[in-house]
Amino acid sequence: MNNTIKTTCPYCGVGCGISALVGKQDLQVTISGDSSHPANFGRLCSKGSALGETVELKGRLLQPKIYGRDTNWTEALDLVANTFIKTIETYGPDAVAIYGSGQLLTEDYYVANKLMKGFIGSGNMDTNSRLCMSSSVAGHKRAFGSDTVPGCYDDFEQAEMIVLIGSNAAWCHPVSFQRIRAAKEANPALKIVVIDPRRTSTCDIADLHLAVASGSDAILFNGLLHFLSRQNVLNKTYIDAHTEGFSEALKAAGSHSIEQVAAQCLVTVEDLHCFYQWFASHEKVMSLYSQGINQSSSGTDKVNAIINCHLATGRIGKPGMGPFSLTGQPNAMGGREVGGLAHQLAAHIDFSNSDDIDRVARFWGTDIIAQKPGLAAVDLFDAIHDGKVKAVWIMGTNPVVSMPNANKVKHALLHCDFVVVSDCIANTDTTALAHVLLPAQGWSEKDGTVTNSERRISRQRALFSPSGNAKPDWWIITQVAQRMGFKQAFSYQNTSEIFREHAALSGFENNPQQSLRDFDISAFANISQHDYDRLQPIQWPVNQAYPQGRARFFEDGQFFTRSGKAQFIAIEPRSPVNLPDKNYPLILNTGRLRDQWHTMTRTAIAAKLNQHKPEPFVDVHPLDALHYKLLPNTLAVIESRCGSMIARVQITDNQQQGNLFVPMHWTEQYASQGSMGALVNPVVDPVSKQPESKHTPVSIKTYQPVWQGFILSRRELTITETDYRVKIKGEQFYRYELAGKTLPEDWHNCVQKNLGCKTTKNPQWQEYQDAGKGNYRAAQIINHQLETIIFIAADNDLPERNWLTGLFAKTQLETPERMALLTGRPPLGTPDVGTIICACFNIGEKTIRTAIKEKGFKTHQEVGVCLKAGTNCGSCIPEIKALL
Amino acid sequence: MLSLVVIGNGMAGMRTVEELLTATPDKYNITVFGAEPYGNYNRIMLSSVLCGEKTLDDIFINNRQWYSNNGITLHAGVDKTVVRIDRKNRKVYAQDGTSVGYDRLLIATGSKAVIAAIPGNDLEGVISFRDIVDVNKMLTYSKSHNKAVVLGGGLLGLEAANGLALRGMDVTVIHNNEVLLNRQMDQQAGKMLQKELEQRRLKFKMATKTRQLIGDENGHITAVLFEDDSELACDLFIMAIGVRPHITLAQESGLYCERGLVVNDTMQSYDPRIYEVGECIQHRGDTFGLVAPLFEQAKVCANHLSAHGVAEYITLPTATKLKVTGINLFSVGDFMGDESCESIHFTDAALGIYKKLVIKANKLIGAVLYGDTIDGSWYQELLEKEAPVADIRDRLIFGRIT
Repeated sequence: MNNTIKTTCPYCGVGCGISALVGKQDLQVTISGDSSHPANFGRLCSKGSALGETVELKGRLLQPKIYGRDTNWTEALDLVANTFIKTIETYGPDAVAIYGSGQLLTEDYYVANKLMKGFIGSGNMDTNSRLCMSSSVAGHKRAFGSDTVPGCYDDFEQAEMIVLIGSNAAWCHPVSFQRIRAAKEANPALKIVVIDPRRTSTCDIADLHLAVASGSDAILFNGLLHFLSRQNVLNKTYIDAHTEGFSEALKAAGSHSIEQVAAQCLVTVEDLHCFYQWFASHEKVMSLYSQGINQSSSGTDKVNAIINCHLATGRIGKPGMGPFSLTGQPNAMGGREVGGLAHQLAAHIDFSNSDDIDRVARFWGTDIIAQKPGLAAVDLFDAIHDGKVKAVWIMGTNPVVSMPNANKVKHALLHCDFVVVSDCIANTDTTALAHVLLPAQGWSEKDGTVTNSERRISRQRALFSPSGNAKPDWWIITQVAQRMGFKQAFSYQNTSEIFREHAALSGFENNPQQSLRDFDISAFANISQHDYDRLQPIQWPVNQAYPQGRARFFEDGQFFTRSGKAQFIAIEPRSPVNLPDKNYPLILNTGRLRDQWHTMTRTAIAAKLNQHKPEPFVDVHPLDALHYKLLPNTLAVIESRCGSMIARVQITDNQQQGNLFVPMHWTEQYASQGSMGALVNPVVDPVSKQPESKHTPVSIKTYQPVWQGFILSRRELTITETDYRVKIKGEQFYRYELAGKTLPEDWHNCVQKNLGCKTTKNPQWQEYQDAGKGNYRAAQIINHQLETIIFIAADNDLPERNWLTGLFAKTQLETPERMALLTGRPPLGTPDVGTIICACFNIGEKTIRTAIKEKGFKTHQEVGVCLKAGTNCGSCIPEIKALL
Repeated sequence: MLSLVVIGNGMAGMRTVEELLTATPDKYNITVFGAEPYGNYNRIMLSSVLCGEKTLDDIFINNRQWYSNNGITLHAGVDKTVVRIDRKNRKVYAQDGTSVGYDRLLIATGSKAVIAAIPGNDLEGVISFRDIVDVNKMLTYSKSHNKAVVLGGGLLGLEAANGLALRGMDVTVIHNNEVLLNRQMDQQAGKMLQKELEQRRLKFKMATKTRQLIGDENGHITAVLFEDDSELACDLFIMAIGVRPHITLAQESGLYCERGLVVNDTMQSYDPRIYEVGECIQHRGDTFGLVAPLFEQAKVCANHLSAHGVAEYITLPTATKLKVTGINLFSVGDFMGDESCESIHFTDAALGIYKKLVIKANKLIGAVLYGDTIDGSWYQELLEKEAPVADIRDRLIFGRIT
């Protein structure tokens, strides 16, 4: 029986609804967008569309392991509980910590936080949302008195102007971006401004792109505040009635002329004036911001600099306007709601007053509740490094890759007394360092709720019964909690029970007399299992006043500060902490790609998602390339004070001179030296503790291997000896991009030894050798099918991989194909489609170019009608337009 | 009209005559002497006749009618073998006393098979593979005898061996090297060829020296005795260890000879009235055994005989092909190379394909192709043109198309 299950996408913070058609066979599922879900109305991006390809069991962690050996749950849970108890007994509660993830479901998050802060009695529960959202949280908190996202996605259609700041939404929040694109197409008067040092795909729909100097956002928005004041477009009535601190903020904003601001931000006076003028003249302005703002040593200030401009014009809380933080992770918001960050306690309650702490303690029925914030991510791993935290439990995240100064994090975990990792994937850079591995259920097995960027709570529902011995995170956590002696407080039977408690806490003494909080879903405090199972997506708060949820906050000008008024924050713009110098003259920026998610543990399983950007790369401005003698498609070493990485050079004027960009995704599982975390400086915002991941001084130079090459193989290979190595899973093949500083004695012997298929009696080999030029190529053919092919060259003169990779789909190689194998190029008459542009329909660059040329297409729509390219997720439209 | 006498009715001499007829049909009275009693035939195709793919009729180039149609006097047959050249009086004499005076003389006496200096080489059943008589003998033996031994794993020897095997004989090839066709193939190609011929039931005795041929009381060969004391029964023994320029007549007439009859770049001998072409000559130190350069020499020679006098003969690298149906091999130029050379290899053992290109100073100087020879002519072209190949080097071995 086929069965359609509505669930939610586990990737970015857009929180798209998914309609999953579960097939008759094991792990068979057809994914489509849920047309009734208000976050996406049926649309999905390339990552979400490919979810069905990521549910395979290969690579899954399915059995508890302690010290490398398989064990049962009882032994593993006992060991975790006992070690935590002993550590706490000996060193105190602050010697243990939990590091969670925006990937956890709200219910998982809730019990983890309750355990650490309520019953272990330490604040040491932090999460990877620290790397992502904490500046937004802190900015909201300072301005509104609460971590509140005021608006909603519906505002996109109602806005007259949308400013995207430090956000490549086209790649990072594709479905929201497509919604904005559609809004722009429906209403060409809608002004789109992109503020980003890089010219990204998001600029595709922009009327204006301000390629500001890295880190200059606060100057820009201070300048805007000053401009608004000078142009008399301030909403004095609103400022007087609903805000405090305006004059200090305006004073701090300075009185720089547009020329001065433009000079500091490295933009033209005309462009800057245009932006300011547009902002001034459009009432319905939305400011969408993301990691370009948050991941900064002054991220909180930048958030407030933006919010200041909205408060000063009264443009908040009403349709089509307001600051809007695009969250990175599927449940970063849920994590914030349960208090998953170390400075939060629970349910939008923090440690700032003892009444609040007491309130939570009474609700939980605990007398050992934490009294102060715990260690935030960077400090937490430093404390592990220094031996102050002796036992850590990492849940569903990969800090060895994603943290700044990642080598230090690795070192810290390597020497930590006790490292527990719960994950659904067996081999990650972090699981490699665990003493105890706990198999968690994956997305397709879990059950619970998540909250997206617009405060919308949606259900994630299990599609399959759990595989192997995998268990839900909430179950694992509560089992440990029970073993630690907290049986009564953690005796949940299912997620709805946890959800009810979470809802009850949100409403507990939540009133103007005791403690008024924005987060209130008390209407769900008694939700039945039946209703929980059928819960429709809904925006919090959900309480007596708003039983159907609430689209916008602050319509009434009432805020959650002590005075009930919003707070202007006086912003003194600060430069990034570490500035480029003689040794590290360039600025390294990091970010996401269109088709990968975080550390690729799941997206890299879906072959089609690896086609867009198969290898770690570095974007370099043409003049920098010239200056540092970098050639396109060669390898380069990028080095900071913390560490180094190797990436393939892409020369593009999308990049500013003096700035480099590398993707954040690669780990040691897929690239030997492709992780950017090792380079990022461990500098944090003093308020939010969020690391400055988008600004690290680095140097770059050519990486000069003796040989370079690639292997395509039907089987997965174990390649360890090469200096540079990237593994890419493809459709029926694995691709390895390789380079080395030393030559093997003899390529023929080396290949026969390492690549020869041992299970087949008579593999057929084809071989090409040009020793003088340093070229070696070989292909292994088994049963008329391509099994392995290797290309080695002294220089980087290697064929494109597309035609060769396509051969793995063939049941039999035709003779002309076989004879052309080692040329790497199709025999005459076979089209080479080029680099895949549209991942949804597998349409290549050359196919699109040819169609454009032959049919004279002028628009991406015409291309779409002809080739289907760009008609599904639409995220390749900028690239198609570039080809036009 | 001047008198042109041609000694030798073979492929080189007659091609020269044909070229000359095209260039200046009326300049000469032409007289041709031939030791074989027919018109002119394609000696290269003798292998095809032997293995039954062609008949003798198929391989004739010019019959007697052609000679008379073109006003050429043909003296053909053993008794018409020229035995003397009187250079002083510019006259040639045949065995039967026929004599013709000349204004110009073209010597194209070809080559003769090398007969190995081993005891018993004069036994009955010991022959070479040179002309129609040899082929007819082999065909006769194949009907009445079983055991054939071919001495020499070169082109001619393998073609003879293949033909005899196809005619039903049990054939063993004896070769003094580890590698077949070692003058035309490298080791890998030679080994692939051997394997393929073995699949066709040919037997090989490699790197072996023959001590003696043993005969019966009638003076007919019965066995071959090797240096390692082993013995092999034998009814027919083919000497195919190479050819040597046939220069006896020229030497006797006082023309300057070394290994061959020495000519200059216009195919002229030390006697300005006497021209020479074909396998009998020696040009800038080289002698010849394949047909392509002979035709080139014919062209140059005709150019001078017709008094156009502009062409110069240049020895170009010559390609090799084995005329064994189903076996494609090709080599050209310096395919072994030395330390100053680089080589490119391609192999697909399962498909029976091997290619090797030798490159020196960014130019192709040699090639060996086995199994897939389709691009041989392209390589030869590149070689002759001395075309730089740096830009196409990566694709070179895969041929002109891909």
